[in-house]
Amino acid sequence: MTAETRDDPRPSPDFAARVAGSLAWVRNNLFNTWYNALFTLIIAWFFLNVLPPLFDWMVTNSVWQTDDPRVCRDAAGACWAFIHEKYRFILFGTYPYDEQWRPLLMVMITIALLAASCDKRTWRFIVPMWVAGLTVSGVLLWGGVFGLTYVENLRWGGLPITLLLSVVGLAVAFPIAVLLALGRRSDLPVVRAICICYIEMIRGVPLITLLFMSSVMLPLFLPTGVTIDKLLRAQIAMIMFAAAYLAEVIRGGLQSLPRGQYEAADSLGLGYWRKMRLIILPQALAVVIPPIVNTFIAFFKDTSLVLIIGIFDIMTATKSALTDPHWRGFFREAYLFTGVIYFCFCFFMSKYSQWLEKEFSKGRRH
Amino acid sequence: MSLAAQTAPETEAADDIIQISGVNKWFGQFHVLRDIDLNVARGERIVICGPSGSGKSTLIRCINRLEEFQEGRIVVDGIELTHNVKNIEAIRREVGMVFQQFNLFPHLTVLENLTLAPIWVRRQPKAEAERMARFYLERVRIPEQADKYPGQLSGGQQQRVAIARSLCMSPKVMLFDEPTSALDPEMVKEVLDTMIGLAQDGMTMLVVTHEMGFAKSVADRVLFMDRGEIVEQNTPDRFFTDPKSDRTKLFLSQILHH
Repeated sequence: MTAETRDDPRPSPDFAARVAGSLAWVRNNLFNTWYNALFTLIIAWFFLNVLPPLFDWMVTNSVWQTDDPRVCRDAAGACWAFIHEKYRFILFGTYPYDEQWRPLLMVMITIALLAASCDKRTWRFIVPMWVAGLTVSGVLLWGGVFGLTYVENLRWGGLPITLLLSVVGLAVAFPIAVLLALGRRSDLPVVRAICICYIEMIRGVPLITLLFMSSVMLPLFLPTGVTIDKLLRAQIAMIMFAAAYLAEVIRGGLQSLPRGQYEAADSLGLGYWRKMRLIILPQALAVVIPPIVNTFIAFFKDTSLVLIIGIFDIMTATKSALTDPHWRGFFREAYLFTGVIYFCFCFFMSKYSQWLEKEFSKGRRH
Repeated sequence: MSLAAQTAPETEAADDIIQISGVNKWFGQFHVLRDIDLNVARGERIVICGPSGSGKSTLIRCINRLEEFQEGRIVVDGIELTHNVKNIEAIRREVGMVFQQFNLFPHLTVLENLTLAPIWVRRQPKAEAERMARFYLERVRIPEQADKYPGQLSGGQQQRVAIARSLCMSPKVMLFDEPTSALDPEMVKEVLDTMIGLAQDGMTMLVVTHEMGFAKSVADRVLFMDRGEIVEQNTPDRFFTDPKSDRTKLFLSQILHH
């Protein structure tokens, strides 16, 4: 080390200044008042007590690879071997083992579409892009054409189900929600009454009830011989639910616009639909991006409730993986793994929303 | 200015572009417009003044149906205003309006603000609409702002863009609802100059304003409204030098000598 020699006068004051600077920062930000100092100490104590054992459990004492559950049980740390053993079941459920490249490809297509939607240049064809992507995904999962063996959707499971329910759910619910929000503010009393009834009824009922209704009650009302696929019924219930919530969020955006915007559009003779599409909705939706994405994130996680009607989403698959008698008891590892997957998607949505907000406020000041 | 316009403005009704007869309007219990009769000839410039709450803004907002009225009849360019949406939209296409708060579309650039209605309502090709938009921006003397957003412009510039936006629809009538009231004093002149230019080109204009200088220099007729009635109307010369009613005299004394 040559830094602190007397021949070289520069580093020494530099270093001293840096130390003084950091100390000043610590004093100003962590110990500036007695209660901040207290909080700093409590948090430091908490981290010192929690982080080292957590690190030991996750890394130092963990078992990464073994075929024998007993090795795991003897170890003091996490059993990542369980994840290694079960990840394909958690991700793809009971989908035929040899065909699991198909759901994998479907998940990759969906992630690619999500990533592509982050580029403004793709927005021009965002609708055909997603329709094409979802069609290909459907073909991949179902098969029955192009030499792919047919896989009935009762055997689908895991992450593809979660993605399918949320992506299709939100894509269909969103336009319905826009219509409901407009209808709720309509001048036509009948339209307004229908929209208010729908929104209030759906919002007044827990999602679980809707799912039970769709899976248990609905078949009772259908004429004999008519059956609607169970997954489709769950999907419809989720769309109805999401639409009602999104409608209220969008209504908030519509109400936030000054009346002058409506009047200016009217005075140009734009007519109702053009006024809404060109003037009102672009501004109203831009205002409510944060709560819309909030609803999206909540909805994405709510898809896990299909567990109770026996649809095999990633959460159900995780629970089932834990019922293997050989590998019983590794629920911490399993839920951590699934939690990380949920987190990645939700964090992406949250970042995407921040980017959208910035994008929509560019060049505009009021 | 013709003698007929000075003495009996309401008689030559047949070809008038706006015909308002017996219009009454209530906001709940409040009687905002009382038996309004007003005919506007093609190319006529009318300034409407009066104390706040007198119904002058409401009156011109009835002409393009931003407000509904309960009694009476309004005919614009031969089309009667009814509940028929087609009629209302047809009238709105021919009647431009400039608002106190500008009401530009903040999510669109100046050029897009100007071309939106010509493209979507008049079905003009985009190039043609842009050519026209640039022509009118030139006319309101801000051609260099075409690609900015409204929020980046000053109030006076925004109001001139709003005027150009209306002009792009080639309206037959222009309504101005207190166009300079929300502006800083130093910007009032640039907007008034634009309006004077428009008047000199023969545009039919109804202007609600307190700018009496503007009324004196361009109006064919000045209307004074109070408590929902047209109290008095006359040429600017007569109106300012020889007001008939006491209410007019009081109003003029309040706004002219402060």
